[in-house]
Amino acid sequence: MSDVVIPSTGAAAVPALPAIPLREIVPWAVLAGLLALLAVWFVGAEQGALALFDGNVVHEFVHDARHLLGFPCH
Amino acid sequence: MVRTLLVRGMLCGILAAVVAFAVAWLIGEPPLERAIGFEAHAEHGAAAAAAAGAPGAAAEPAEVFSRTVQSTVGLMTGLVVLGAAVGGLFGLAFALAQGRLGAAGPRAAAAWLAVAGFVVLVLVPQLKYPAAPPAVGSAETIGPRTALYFILLGMSVLVAVAALGLGRRLVARIGAWNAALAGLGAYMAAMALVMHALPSLGEVPEAFPAAVLWDFRVASLATQAALWAALGLAFGALTERSAARRPIER
Repeated sequence: MSDVVIPSTGAAAVPALPAIPLREIVPWAVLAGLLALLAVWFVGAEQGALALFDGNVVHEFVHDARHLLGFPCH
Repeated sequence: MVRTLLVRGMLCGILAAVVAFAVAWLIGEPPLERAIGFEAHAEHGAAAAAAAGAPGAAAEPAEVFSRTVQSTVGLMTGLVVLGAAVGGLFGLAFALAQGRLGAAGPRAAAAWLAVAGFVVLVLVPQLKYPAAPPAVGSAETIGPRTALYFILLGMSVLVAVAALGLGRRLVARIGAWNAALAGLGAYMAAMALVMHALPSLGEVPEAFPAAVLWDFRVASLATQAALWAALGLAFGALTERSAARRPIER
């Protein structure tokens, strides 16, 4: 996209990375952000205070991870 | 470029979950197991008392997964799913931060981002609502406890974003060092007020062993610290390598 070349100051030096335009980040952030929050929900909260699915299979399966990651479990 | 960072973050998050699993399994499972022992003992006592009053009233709840499954496959699955999610968000945050927050190289930037993530998403919320082992916290209060935890988590993120904005605005006027201190101070002061305003829980049963509670909470923080450290360091190393290869990649 950009043809700005940052001159390297030495063989081992890695130049500071360029800023990525917001309009390139936003679509990824919205989609991946929502999916990530959904994943966090299933590990951290599903079948605790609220439940999308009946039963306690999800809760019981990730039980130890939920406790040790610090989420309220039961 | 965003796609690369997102995928890299998720992969590093999964790797970090494996590291966190080792920590959780080694030092987290023993106190968790003892807490379950305490819980079973307390429930057994209650059930026996209930059965003495009304025979056949109390029934043992059916076990969905064995303790072996919960402490191995279940623990690993939970950590990997969370690691991939946190890693993906980390990659997106890095994409947003790169080139906008100072001139740190990829490794230092990723390490600092991991420190910030750990403090804002783990350490500060847990100062008020620390991790609770089984038997700590009654089933009736899971609703308010969950709500309060996520309110504090959300407030921590909002306040951190606001403090970052404040710091960035001050850089031109008072310099980068003082602006960073001002942002940090604003975050700490605001979070102290938020934590003071939110109610305390303190639902530890009187007879619950204090040593087990301490070990469990240290192990919980260690698990999270391992996750964030491995994520930040792996992500930084990979980003440095690809930046050294293709300095103008977009």
